Amino acid sequence: MSGFWIMLTGALVAACCGILGCFLVLRRMALVGDAISHSVLPGIVIAFLVSGSRDSFFMLFGAAVIGFVTVFLIQMFQQSGVQNDASIGVVFTSMFAAGVLLVSLNAQQVDLDLDCVLYGEIAYVQWNTLALGGADLGPKAVWLLGITLFLIVAVIGLFYKQFKLCAFDPALAAAIGIPVALFHYVLMGLVSMATVSSFESVGAILVVGLLIVPPATAYLLTDRLSAMIGISLAVGVVSSVAGYYTAAALDASIAGCMVCVAGILFALAFLFSPSHGLVVRKLRQRSSAARGAY
Amino acid sequence: MPNLLTDPNLQWILLGSMLLGLSTGVVGTFAYLRKQSLIGDTLAHAALPGICIAFMLTEVKSIGLFMIGAIVAGMIATVGIGWITRYSRIKPDAAMGIVLSVFFGLGIVLLTQIQHSSYGNQSGLDKFLFGQAASMTSEDVYTMASVAVVLVLVCALLYKEFKLISFDSGYGRGLGFSVTMLEQLLLWLVTVAVVVGIQAVGVVLVAALLITPAVSARYWTDRLGVMAALSGLFGALSGAAGTWVSAGTEQLPTGPLSVLTATAVFVFSVLFGPRRGIVSKLLRRRAAKREWAAEERGASL
Repeated sequence: MSGFWIMLTGALVAACCGILGCFLVLRRMALVGDAISHSVLPGIVIAFLVSGSRDSFFMLFGAAVIGFVTVFLIQMFQQSGVQNDASIGVVFTSMFAAGVLLVSLNAQQVDLDLDCVLYGEIAYVQWNTLALGGADLGPKAVWLLGITLFLIVAVIGLFYKQFKLCAFDPALAAAIGIPVALFHYVLMGLVSMATVSSFESVGAILVVGLLIVPPATAYLLTDRLSAMIGISLAVGVVSSVAGYYTAAALDASIAGCMVCVAGILFALAFLFSPSHGLVVRKLRQRSSAARGAY
Repeated sequence: MPNLLTDPNLQWILLGSMLLGLSTGVVGTFAYLRKQSLIGDTLAHAALPGICIAFMLTEVKSIGLFMIGAIVAGMIATVGIGWITRYSRIKPDAAMGIVLSVFFGLGIVLLTQIQHSSYGNQSGLDKFLFGQAASMTSEDVYTMASVAVVLVLVCALLYKEFKLISFDSGYGRGLGFSVTMLEQLLLWLVTVAVVVGIQAVGVVLVAALLITPAVSARYWTDRLGVMAALSGLFGALSGAAGTWVSAGTEQLPTGPLSVLTATAVFVFSVLFGPRRGIVSKLLRRRAAKREWAAEERGASL
């Protein structure tokens, strides 16, 4: 049973990240996702110190706010003339440093482990269960992630056309009256929420792996956004299940193995994708060169 | 807090981290101007599996061996990024994210492997995640300081060439410089700087030592030489402040403290930098407004 809950948690994390990651990869904001996943740490610690509990849904909104602050700061520095990637780097490293410092200073009150910050403790998910009226309803993390996933699917589903247009042609979207900036911030808010709900299970840095690697894999396999989201979900779920078994076999970090499996799937798509794969394109080049020789 | 004047060990460590900050600041200047700031972040994360493999093979904790492992891993990472961007339609930012997270994931797997198995003398390996300057031995400090000096020397010797490829690499190619070689060399310097920095600042935050001092220095000057010197100075200041505070209190990691010092310098520069700073912009706008109002008054009379 424990394996089931761990795999379910991993699959939910992968699903949340896989959907949002598609839009990040398409909008060339993969590293903004990286920045948000680091910089929500001080938000989590402050929410934890204020509320005194680790599982409050209030933490989600705190983190969403911090996500907005991060995106706002990055844009502010960009507009004042700092280069794009440098402003991302400055903002997320200082936020993350502040978070780590807060954890170290309050080590007695905060039972957040610094290791847990980095690579999560998905193995403990099953022990922290939600009980309602005496009935055991399963791990809290699963509920939290399930609600986040529902929210993400609802928002993206309702405004799918708008998000799609913003992802591919923001100028056109602005011209026909879609509030591009608003959708940008909504997307960033969703990314922060996904990061926070996944935080406990996979840690701050490996979230990035699940945000970027499965969508990038899907991007190599299809040219349709809906198919890309589907494939990205599938890749994420496969990596979480396969990652769990690999970790069990090797006695190693589950989250780390999940990201490694996702990396292997990416490498396979990179080499053998029927439309964009390296090997296929080389073969096609050779056959067209051979045809040219006649 | 241990006394700076009486504790010779602390003096050495302080000197080492100042030299480290100096060298990362100088190298970071060129990385910033070449719009490659975040490559340092990727290389730092990618170094983790290299360090773990070096430890698993030799079972010795020596900064020299770790450096070799990390440099090899960093080189594989840069090749990986290059391949992904060249041979597929993935954009450079996503390629960096992929390499960063997969390498870091692999590093975490290896780190847990080391922790779960019976390698002797593994304690302190996790210090690499956030850095603990106080745990460095004098040998580590010597290695760190000499590598830092070499980095600064290389930058000084190749100053003209690096200046050329930072601003106009096409012109450099026209003049007959081997631009690809110089670019590769700069990337190596970044890798070395990152790897030396890991011990003091940690894998996750070492990128800040490359980026933040350089961005802060950019607010004060338009000249490359001044910018590199200022960036080195800011870096040395952050390294020294972080080490000094964290050496006094056992539970505070060095990395975050150094990074936050660098951030404080950055915020000060954003506010008070001449010409580009927020305060000087506001003053200039007000002066222009007053001048305009005075002209209007003159015209209406």
